[in-house]
Amino acid sequence: MAEQPTSTPLAPEPRTGPADAISVRDVTRVYQRPRTSLRRPSPPVHALRGVSFGIPQGQRFGIVGESGCGKSTLLRIMAGLDRPTSGGVAIDGRDITGLRERRLKFVRERLQLVFQDPMSSLDPRMRVGDIVAEPLVAQGHGNRRERVAELLEAVGLRADAADRYPHQFSGGQRQRISIARALAPRPKIIVADEPVSALDVSVRAQVLNLIADLVDELSLTLVFVSHDLSVVRHVCDRVAVMHAGQIVETGSTEQVYEDPRHSYTRRLIAAVPTLGKALSGVSAADLNRE
Amino acid sequence: MTPAPETGPAAAAHDDVLAVRNLDVTVGGRKLVEDVGFTIRAGERVGLIGESGSGKSLTALSVLGLLPEGLRASGSVRLAGVGHDLVGADEARMSRVRGKEIAMVFQEPMTALNPTMRVGRQIAEVLLIHRTRPDRASARAAAVELLAQVGLPDPEAAARAYPHQFSGGQRQRVVLAIALANDPALLVCDEPTTALDVTVQARVLDLIVRGVQDRRSALLFITHDLAVVATACERVMVMYGGRLVESGPVHEVFTHPRHRYTQGLIGASDLTVVDGRGRLATIRGSVPPAGRFPAGCVFRNRCDHATDVCATRPKWIPTGPDSGYACFHPVPGSGAHGTGAPTNQEAGRG
Repeated sequence: MAEQPTSTPLAPEPRTGPADAISVRDVTRVYQRPRTSLRRPSPPVHALRGVSFGIPQGQRFGIVGESGCGKSTLLRIMAGLDRPTSGGVAIDGRDITGLRERRLKFVRERLQLVFQDPMSSLDPRMRVGDIVAEPLVAQGHGNRRERVAELLEAVGLRADAADRYPHQFSGGQRQRISIARALAPRPKIIVADEPVSALDVSVRAQVLNLIADLVDELSLTLVFVSHDLSVVRHVCDRVAVMHAGQIVETGSTEQVYEDPRHSYTRRLIAAVPTLGKALSGVSAADLNRE
Repeated sequence: MTPAPETGPAAAAHDDVLAVRNLDVTVGGRKLVEDVGFTIRAGERVGLIGESGSGKSLTALSVLGLLPEGLRASGSVRLAGVGHDLVGADEARMSRVRGKEIAMVFQEPMTALNPTMRVGRQIAEVLLIHRTRPDRASARAAAVELLAQVGLPDPEAAARAYPHQFSGGQRQRVVLAIALANDPALLVCDEPTTALDVTVQARVLDLIVRGVQDRRSALLFITHDLAVVATACERVMVMYGGRLVESGPVHEVFTHPRHRYTQGLIGASDLTVVDGRGRLATIRGSVPPAGRFPAGCVFRNRCDHATDVCATRPKWIPTGPDSGYACFHPVPGSGAHGTGAPTNQEAGRG
């Protein structure tokens, strides 16, 4: 698909501007499911149905939604790993829609990803040092050993971790390794997809603190995708709530949590169990009420 | 040193549905679960919380007689109405107990269901095997009724469908229907809602609680999620390093924890309390792999209060009929307000 001229954004509220780290303009994505009948094709899946928003530099932007809401598709399109059916995405004001892979190099440098499961996103046969250095190799940077040691230290691991393999680390340490790898090419944008969902409670807080420290120290823009509203509330300044391929509500996290406007957001917030709610007498039936 | 009331097995209250005493699980000389003991009464909902490697799932599997090959349980697990000990019982005996007196719901519903069999038949099967319904027709009718009870729309049609035609939450409801089919005395749930979305989790939790309340079944609910346990259970047991480290009524344990691990866990999971820099309270280090916990107090290598005495094993200190803790340097009792979360000076990058 060729680059499209910027069409007028259809959705009313989101403000997008050239200064935004990421701007998403009326993105749709339609998948064709494999045929299940000989007579007619399967109905298309509308994974994204007109999504628009802008993320200013330095913001911590949360995307929440349940499975199937389209948040992973959106994330892949934002990272240049998938293409929208229509609409466009710009990183630092440069349109990435429809660019060939080799012209996406600036995206790979500017934007890095951290995934949920550090076991499946780290190659078990590579040493940690090589894993962390891989984005540097791919982008042709020199003097890698020093940089790797510096990165490992930045995420709270010892420099000798470089000579070991992923399976020798605990879940939390593995997530630190994926964060170190993401930071290697000195990106300005980190996109984290459920980065703490697979971690133990006692380790989750450590990794959340680490992400917060790094975002502060390196002045990063953070996109944080999660199904867990409490985590997004802690981490993010702004949040977009997704449901059935659309953003149903955006706003500052405080405002969305304290005064949700959309009925789906209200239902989502009501269904989250918290220690505080439970101790003040909220039962399982109450969570299910709304 | 059993963390249970000091009554002999003979004197056990007749209301006890499950009585676990001195349960050990070992593999090749390594102890994965050590000296676990507790009781659950009819209609009581008890949570077992712990992180990975704490031994909570192995405890559940020992109760069910489903330990993986190579792992050995010792000690005693007694269930009301069953004449033999469940520890060491052979498969023939256990298969008469499982699905009837004890039922279970695991995390992944797709692996619990038979993909090639209609859902209605899978529910009817458990009724026919245990001969709680006289014939196929009445078992089928009961299956449809159970599907209605777990809130599946159009239960008649659901009974004729195959598992792949359902969503994850609906499948978990089918598994729950099977588990509740024979009105079990004990329902064991191991992370039943961990793989589900929040709104679906709320639904399934509600169904589990209502299901056991309607039947006066005892519930053993295993999870890593403190908020889920606090919502669904009345009593909670905290496990770490293969041992029970604290237990008591949900409200007491979560507002006035005594064990330093419980205190740290509550602090680390509370995302609304931050220090001046906006950082969360943490427990330093990480959970050691199963069987590699330090001797003495299993938490001492991560505890800010540990001293030399912690190298010996702390005694269980009862604080009530079903509550107590095992710690040399407990959080001072009462007087403290709030959640007893660690102070922010204790928080660090770890």
